[in-house]
Parts: sequence; C-alpha cells; structure tokens
Amino acid sequence: MAQATSPPEVRDDAPARRYSVDAAGLGRLRAGAFVAPALALITVFLVFPALWVIYLGLMNYRLTGVEAVNPKMVGADNFIKAISDSAFWDSTWLTFQFVLGSAVIGQVVLGFSIAWMLRDRRGTLKSVVEGLVILAWILPGAVVAFLWVALLDRDSGTLNALLGIPGFPWLLDHPMLSIIIFNTWRGTAFSMMLYGAALGNVPPSHLESARLAGASGWQQLRDVVFPHIRGHILTNLLLISLWTFNDFSPFLLTAGGPDGKSEVLAVHVYKVALQGGDLGYGAAISTVILLINLVVAVFYLRLLRSKK
Amino acid sequence: MTRFVAGRIGFYTLIAVLLAFFTIPLLWLATAPFTSDPTYEVRMPDFTFENFQMIIDHPYALWSLVNSLVLAVGTAVLVVVLSALAAYALSRVRLPGRDALLYALLLLSSIITGTAAMVPLFQLAIELGLIDSQTGLILILSGGLLPAAIFMIKDFMDSTPKSYEESARVFGASPLQIVRHVVVPLVRPGLATIAVWTVANVWGNFLMPFLLLSDVEKQPAAVIMYTLYTEGGQANLKVLSTFGLLYSVPVVLMYLFVSKKYGFRFHGGIKR
Repeated sequence: MAQATSPPEVRDDAPARRYSVDAAGLGRLRAGAFVAPALALITVFLVFPALWVIYLGLMNYRLTGVEAVNPKMVGADNFIKAISDSAFWDSTWLTFQFVLGSAVIGQVVLGFSIAWMLRDRRGTLKSVVEGLVILAWILPGAVVAFLWVALLDRDSGTLNALLGIPGFPWLLDHPMLSIIIFNTWRGTAFSMMLYGAALGNVPPSHLESARLAGASGWQQLRDVVFPHIRGHILTNLLLISLWTFNDFSPFLLTAGGPDGKSEVLAVHVYKVALQGGDLGYGAAISTVILLINLVVAVFYLRLLRSKK
Repeated sequence: MTRFVAGRIGFYTLIAVLLAFFTIPLLWLATAPFTSDPTYEVRMPDFTFENFQMIIDHPYALWSLVNSLVLAVGTAVLVVVLSALAAYALSRVRLPGRDALLYALLLLSSIITGTAAMVPLFQLAIELGLIDSQTGLILILSGGLLPAAIFMIKDFMDSTPKSYEESARVFGASPLQIVRHVVVPLVRPGLATIAVWTVANVWGNFLMPFLLLSDVEKQPAAVIMYTLYTEGGQANLKVLSTFGLLYSVPVVLMYLFVSKKYGFRFHGGIKR
C-alpha cells in the first residue's frame, strides 16, 4: 500500500476540530492513497474505454486487413454512414419496441400488478409467487435463455403442446414478441420488489378513508396510491429502460435473427463490430448508445437529487 | 356478496395465470436432468442420475464451473477490498472534489455498460495482451463494478459512529489497523452485500467472457452453456439440462442464504 511512503500529516492548529472531520487521522494524502487503487481500475477499464469509443468512432479501424494496422481518421464518416444506413434505423426501431414492450409495459405493469395484488397478504401464497418471480430474475442468463429455447421449440416445446399447435415456429415467425415476453418474464422481479416497498409507504389510513368515502379500486389507485409512489414509478421506469436498452440477452435467444428481425442495438453493435470486423463503425453506434444512456442517467440523478 | 365472490374468483384466477407464466419455463430445468432420455418436452422424470455422470465425463463442463468460481471470487475480493478502502477514505476525509467525484462515479457506472463499451474494451484487451487472460477479465469486470460498490459501501460507512475510531486512534492504532480492526467489523453486513452482489453479477455475466476468452479451457459456465446449445448438430440435452441445473444451483442457494440472513432489501441509489 502506497500510504507507507507518504510523509506524515502536518498538524493543524486546531486538532480538536480535525478529529471530528477526520476521525481515524487518515489525512488527505493517505486518504488519497486509499482511493487511488479503485480509481486507477475505474479510470483504465471504465472511463478510458468510454472516451476511447468516441475516438474509435472517428477512425476507420477494422479487426483485420490494412485498416487494422494503419487506421485513418475519417471524421464523421461513420456517423453519416449510420444515419444513412437502414439497418441502423431498423435496429433502433426494434430497440424502441423492445424497451417499450418488455420494460415500460411488460415489467412495470406486471410488477405493479403483482405487488398490488399481494400487498396485504402474508404467508405461503405471497412467498411462492414472489419466490418464483425472483427465481426468473436470479438464474444465469444463459440458462434461462436456453429454457425459453426449449419452451418455444417448434416440434416438442411445452408452449406448442399446451396450445395444441405443434410445429409453430415462435422464434422464426415472432422473434420480437418472443424476446419481449422473455424479457418481461426475466425482469419483472425488480419492479415487483420496488413497488412492493413503495406500497408499504402508502399510509393505510389514507386508503381506509378513501374506501369509506366509497372510492372504487381504480379510484383508490388513482387518487391515493399513485400520488404517493410517483417518485418510485419514475425511478423504476428510468432504471429498467436503461437496463433493457443495454440488455444483451436477446442475443442468447435469437442471436438477432432471423434476418435481423430481432437485432436490437446491443446485438447490432456486436454483429457489426466483432463479427463483421468493422470496429470504427461499431464504435460510432456505441457512441450513440452511450449518449442515450447519458441522457437517461442524468434524468435519473436529477430526480434523486431533487428528492434529497 | 356476489361481488365479493366474483372478486375472489378473479383474484385466484389471476394468481393462477401468473404462477403458470412464471413456472412453466422453469419446469424443464427441474425435470430434464433426471430423465434418462430428455427431449424439449416436459415429462415426468424417471429419477436417473446418469446425466450427472455425463457432466463428470464432459471435457469442459466441470472446469467451466471452476472458471466461473475463479472469476467470481477473484472479482469479489478485488471489489470488496478496493471499494471498502476507497469508500472509507471518502466517507471520513473531505477530499477536494469529493462530491463531484461521487456524482461522476454514479453517473459512469450507470451509463458505461458492457454493450456501450464492448468495442473499446475488446480493443483495449488486445492492446494490453489481456485476451484469454482470466486476470485481465477480473480487472475489467472489477473496473465496471467498483463505482456502484463504492457508492453502496459508502452508505454503510457514513452510518457507522466515528467514536470507536477516535478511541482507537487515541490508543495509537495506525489508520490501516483502524480499518482492519474497527471499521471492517462494523460494516461487515455491507461488505457481505457487496461480495454477494459481485459474485452474482460475475457468475451470470455472459458478454465479457464471451468477448474476451476464446480458449475453451478458460471459459466460464455462461459461455460453455451457450456453446453447448448453439454449436452445430443436435444439442445434447442430457448434458445441457444437467449442466444448466448445476450452474443455477449456487445462485439459488446464495439467494436463499442472503434473504434468510439479511432480508432482501434495496441498497444504493434506490433506497429512500
């Protein structure tokens, strides 16, 4: 540890005051040494890549060939190429559907409904439902993706057997619907737990008086519950949109196929840059992803700050 | 009264549909490993353990679980130690620009995801010779997890009383001794949370090892699982189902342990 070599801290005139600011007598230099290793890793493997991706996006870097050895600056060419490429816009549109369908509609509605239905319950029913929803969330992504491959298999999958339509190719005919429902199933737990905690904060007396005043279930939700949990809803929406937008697991289920019909941006970048070898163009798309993430995250942090 | 009954019926119908939706995809994982000739169909198993023998004989299956463990534990140790030191210093000493730094860390950890950074990280790993290096992957994964870890553990540090440290200091303990013998015992639940969170993250991570480890002997279970069901020819469902189960059990056990010991609550940015 580097702090052994740091010079002794110069004493302040008012040691008593210092004690309360710096209880362990760490001193700024040693404190800096405590922070440094973590900061070094973050800088090299998180900050630097984020900055470098912008630079790479301005180059014609390729995985192999002449451009791999001697990349040239091409300015905004990669970005112009993206804007005029229909594959990029198709992928953006699919990503929008994926986020809207599986996060904003699927996970939020399902997560809230489960939390609402189970709000006053204790005991087995509640733990069984919650346990199963959480199980879908904690199992490794590669395992659950394969479970859905098995479920949706055209010839002997369980879904077709239950619906009595053997031979229906879900992943080929409805790849987007498949990954949207898959991701709803996979991610609902987070929203369910968040809304479960939020509903616990709604004062029961408010609900009670609304009930006594003759408010219907929907009116209670609209006039009593939603105003109380508005902050939670916004937090929830921003976080799960961000996560779903960056989710790579559609790749595990459909690999973007067939014919790019489920190629969300996360998969598109992988295909263009690492399978196709066009690192510069892939970096330009990554930059776009990074900017969208930045917008959502800044919104989220503002929200957190305004709460404090 | 009829309205009440209708409400009850509606409630239990909805619950039944929900249970079906969340259970049906999992059934295969519970039955196929114990069936002697599994297909994609969910059938009553005949409770054989032959399939587990196939995993033992498989050249990569068991090793990949060991690799997953190496990556998860390696990353967890690094993240816990480094985030605890950093969070302690940030919690106790008012370093110049501390608040801006914390704000930046939180922002960074949420926007620089594997998806956004896969191209430069791949490039960086090539330049630094970290392709096919488990140590390299551990460093890269730690870099990604550290900001959120620092943020979470700083919350714990802020809420511990400083008086113990002051007394230890009066008795002449060095700062590192204070951290080891006074602070660590106080924030142990926080450290455990970070450790479990890191292990769960790394254990399930597919993208990074998929990008950076091409040597099949170094790949963790997530990548081997994917290879098993996508490689050419008929997928071997005996191996796949059993391997999937073995790969899943540790996370489930860890979850049960955590929810029993600490309760399952939100930490970090989400709590109020």
